Amino acid sequence: MKLAYWMYAGPAHIGTLRVASSFRNVHAIMHAPLGDDYFNVMRSMLERERDFTPVTASIVDRHVLARGSQEKVVENITRKDKEERPDLIVLTPTCTSSILQEDLQNFVNRASSTSYSDVILADVNHYRVNELQAADRTLEQIVRYYLEKARKQNTLNQSISNIPSVNIIGMFTLGFHNQHDCRELKRLFQDLGIQVNEIIPEGGSIENLRNIPKAWLNIVPYREVGLMTASYLKKEFGMPYVAITPMGIVGTAEFIRQIEFYINKWAPILLGKTVNYESYIDQQTRFVSQAAWFSRSIDCQNLTGKKAVVFGDTTHAASMTKILAREMGIHVVCAGTYCKHDSDWFQEQVKGYCDEVLITDNHTDVGDMIARLEPSSIFGSQMERHIGKRLDIPCGVISAPVHIQNFPLGYRPFLGYEGTNQIADLVYNSFTLGMEDHLLEIFGGHDTKEVITKSLSTDLDLAWDSDSLSELSKIPGFVRGKIKRNTEKFARQNSLSKITVEVMYAAKEALNA
Amino acid sequence: MSSNRVPDTLTFECETGNYHTFCPISCVAWLYQKIEDSFFLVIGTKTCGYFLQNALGVMIFAEPRYAMAELEEGDISAQLNDYVELKRLCVQIKKNRNPSVIVWIGTCTTEIIKMDLEGMAPRLEGEIGIPIVVARANGLDYAFTQGEDTVLAAMAHRCPDYNGASPNTTNQDQAIQGLLSFLPLKARNVYEEQSVSTHPPLVLFGSLPSNVVSQLNLELKKQSIQVSGWLPTQRYAELPSVGEGVYVCGVNPFLSRTATTLMRRKKCKLIGAPFPIGPDGTRAWIEKICSVFDIQPQGLEERELQVWDSLKDYINLVRGKSVFFMGDNLLEVSLARFLIRCGMIVYEIGIPYMDKRYQAAELALLQETCNQMGTLMPRIVEKPDNYNQVQRMRELQPDLAITGMAHANPLEARGISTKWSVEFTFAQIHGFTNARDILELVTRPLRRNLSLENLGWTALVKKDKINII
Ligand code: SF4
Repeated sequence: MKLAYWMYAGPAHIGTLRVASSFRNVHAIMHAPLGDDYFNVMRSMLERERDFTPVTASIVDRHVLARGSQEKVVENITRKDKEERPDLIVLTPTCTSSILQEDLQNFVNRASSTSYSDVILADVNHYRVNELQAADRTLEQIVRYYLEKARKQNTLNQSISNIPSVNIIGMFTLGFHNQHDCRELKRLFQDLGIQVNEIIPEGGSIENLRNIPKAWLNIVPYREVGLMTASYLKKEFGMPYVAITPMGIVGTAEFIRQIEFYINKWAPILLGKTVNYESYIDQQTRFVSQAAWFSRSIDCQNLTGKKAVVFGDTTHAASMTKILAREMGIHVVCAGTYCKHDSDWFQEQVKGYCDEVLITDNHTDVGDMIARLEPSSIFGSQMERHIGKRLDIPCGVISAPVHIQNFPLGYRPFLGYEGTNQIADLVYNSFTLGMEDHLLEIFGGHDTKEVITKSLSTDLDLAWDSDSLSELSKIPGFVRGKIKRNTEKFARQNSLSKITVEVMYAAKEALNA
Repeated sequence: MSSNRVPDTLTFECETGNYHTFCPISCVAWLYQKIEDSFFLVIGTKTCGYFLQNALGVMIFAEPRYAMAELEEGDISAQLNDYVELKRLCVQIKKNRNPSVIVWIGTCTTEIIKMDLEGMAPRLEGEIGIPIVVARANGLDYAFTQGEDTVLAAMAHRCPDYNGASPNTTNQDQAIQGLLSFLPLKARNVYEEQSVSTHPPLVLFGSLPSNVVSQLNLELKKQSIQVSGWLPTQRYAELPSVGEGVYVCGVNPFLSRTATTLMRRKKCKLIGAPFPIGPDGTRAWIEKICSVFDIQPQGLEERELQVWDSLKDYINLVRGKSVFFMGDNLLEVSLARFLIRCGMIVYEIGIPYMDKRYQAAELALLQETCNQMGTLMPRIVEKPDNYNQVQRMRELQPDLAITGMAHANPLEARGISTKWSVEFTFAQIHGFTNARDILELVTRPLRRNLSLENLGWTALVKKDKINII
């Protein structure tokens, strides 16, 4: 048992539902108690979805506990089959089905014999995988199912397309800025003369999955979801894949170069020539994206050496760390991720770009780390944004978990060249907002304000007397927190329980010495 | 006592129970705020945690007095000892928060693996010296607001026994005294002397915000009825005493288990009344209590009229408009009854669960209201089927659907105005004072429609999709 208040990644079934409901005409039936269809609320609210979320529950109640759920599950599948004629029905287990240990596969077999739709059981175990891992698996499972089916029926489309083409794998519902990223990638490929073959799962149709092998290569923009599918396709069909995230100027260039590399394996045969994207990269970098110029400008110079902390999923946290460190000269004091299952990759990626690495899914560890390092800015998820609020440190949101404000109506990709502009704005705004605040304080803008004790740890056994408090309030905001903490540290070390002005000065001298 | 019988002319149907609602563990969201010295420990899985985290929204960042005891694989396979594990967590909670009560919320998983929470609680309670109340508010058995019912039913067992000889002390009445603190001390004494009650003690049950509690207390005080306590109270230590000779009355329609517990286990007498939602409901509620205590209500009729009068502008907006309740929080019958009285036409009252005995007086008032307003009796659909309901709505094209968030946006995109039902649970809707708030909610989509009228884009899905679910 574990005491928990907040989780970064949701339970497994959420991952399965996100993948299933991203496809067109696929319906998911959860094997779950009443109340577990909260996914529908999230999708309807966060994505402001106009259509009914194609997810229903086959409800587990007392009755079902006593008699088993076979009849009900089969009935619900056949009913959905008649009502909506989906191409595929995905039976989705939850934590409840994990412990009931009923033979769901058997129910699926029975139901599929009478329904027009295909029916599969999502192969995810609540206690073994989280939301992201489950999404990765489910996507692979569906792709595999249809490619094997096509192979059996001899309808597999294996002839490779005449002009270079790619599949984009891993765009899906409730993903962080996925819709915008998807549009940006399509634009990039259009610029490069590359055809987009299939995009899965978002908006993809089951029917078209058999066309997947037509593409020259696969693109996996986000590490969390799509890698399993890509490696399955590599193994079965020899399709190469690019798993570099085109985020940031350097990242995007690397991404394009990798694609060029794979395209040139076929290009001499099919196009009669090789492709070269260097001039495109150069043009985009220097003139289309503003980010390269921004990093040379005086604005960005002022950010040099400023301290930042990065936390998020592996894809976004790793990319962001590299952007801050190598493209903007910002000092990343700590980079971290909650994707514990992929920590080796993360460590390797950020090595050399930050002072420390934090791998945890416990938000209090993250909070304490931030309080200890006192960065000028945080780049993290919604949780870090709130930690930032409490500590008075600005935060740019760069990763899920997200809120409704992370589903902007306007165009805000994080990937590609437009993405670099968005990120530059985000970084710049996070730092300048913080600086403006400090300037205001220095020039007396906030003088009447009470001193806020900004500390996340709860060991407040120290009392500040009124003189020391007023002295503290005269110290400019951006160092006040640090002085406060240093003084308290000093007091604790010297077993002083009351802090006076004298103690403050003694602490200053002791620490400066 | 209630002499109302369920009217035969109301029709009840029961569908498949395939509907969307919140899991009952959501009650921790409002109960931990209501009971200030409590701590809620939800013993469940990541599924439960994820739901709470997302449903509670920003509250989660404010160090709420609730937490998950997240069960891991070792807990399920019984490799770990539940008692030892729970003790470890509760000791930690005691150290960090020092609550006066820890409420364990049992979930689907603890039910299925048959974790003996009721057995463990007294033992652990003795060991760590903090009361532990067990409520099994899970999705296998209950819907949404019924979570509060299970918690309050469990708390009812913890209420001190009422000893008929000594009158119930009035320390629960602080809220009122607080309100009157502007009065000079002497006048306050007079006030208190006047209010010494002549009727048997009355305890109200149902969790309401403290200002609504004082409003209802004051309403009754005007009829010389002294409320001797509420279940729950602001603090666990101040639970009211109940027992033989104590009258109890519910303020919310979803509290049937609490009512049963108070009657059967604590030997209280239940006053079966309509619920104080809307001016009509509030008046009927007070009248019923008065009649049980043999008190002639004073000035109630005028009070009700006065409230109706102040609602005129909103009533003009809703009159003649039709409503469809999809059903998810058990407030549906009371709200429908009020809206019919406001001149609306209710097509369907979906409701998760219908306790015809506990809601008898409310159902009777609904029927009476329909007769009085000359409208058709709405169908009451228990355990509704959302898919079928959407089909029916396509036929009926109601002016307003009161529905959960899972359906709100898709219905709006198809041109059906919606009001999100959960807001009724969190808004203040009880008593004379808050009738306006109900209509404020109900008319919001209608007012939005007025201001966006004539723009020509009400249905915002492609033609071929409008008829498809
Ligand atoms: S329905 Fe059951 S498993 Fe789901 S959140 Fe509620 S208690 Fe937890």
